[in-house]
Amino acid sequence: MLDLVLKISLIAVTLSMLALLYRVIKGPSTPDRVIALDAIGINLVAVIALISMILKTSAFLEVILLVGILAFIGTVAFAKFLEKGEIIERDRNH
Amino acid sequence: MKKNDVILQTVTNVVAFMIILFSLQVFFSGHYHPGGGFIGGLMTSGAIVLLLLAYDIKTVASIIPIDYKILIGIGLFFAVGTGAGSLFFNVPFLTHAFNHFDLPLLGETSLHTAVLFDTGVYLVVIGVTMTIIQTIGESE
Repeated sequence: MLDLVLKISLIAVTLSMLALLYRVIKGPSTPDRVIALDAIGINLVAVIALISMILKTSAFLEVILLVGILAFIGTVAFAKFLEKGEIIERDRNH
Repeated sequence: MKKNDVILQTVTNVVAFMIILFSLQVFFSGHYHPGGGFIGGLMTSGAIVLLLLAYDIKTVASIIPIDYKILIGIGLFFAVGTGAGSLFFNVPFLTHAFNHFDLPLLGETSLHTAVLFDTGVYLVVIGVTMTIIQTIGESE
């Protein structure tokens, strides 16, 4: 029973990732694409959690936190590039 | 135009410590669980990259006054030193040893010389990643 529920939710999360992929390809502006990629990263966390429940292992729990941190750093880097044109500044006080 | 990234800087002050703690946990659990020196070093440099994003190269250099090129050398010294240390005990190069020790506070812990080799990997990964990112970030 739980296995069936997990597989149905895995399909649902995958469909939402496909919808986000449409926004990445179609998105009129770059911020749309960045937000869609961030949401794909969060959905990837859900996919990994569901798969680790289906496989009945706790070996992927580090990957969940890792993907969350990487999605955050990547989105911050992209946002800073869109706002200032450079990602790492040499001296921000002048 | 001056920008004030107060939200990004406040979040970074909290999250950078969490990432470093997570990287240390991944590093020390590498013997029995997924993880190890490579991913631990990458996560630590990820925390430093987050500091670089929220602040600038000059501020981060004053927070963490480390020359990352020297860190590569220290890491390689750790790796080679662990390998060469086995030669003193008449065993082949890179032979590792472990034993159980009764540490205060931690109880019985098995200490392994592979951790020292992993420390070398950890330092080299931090050094190489930060050298690459800082060299690219500094060039105009």
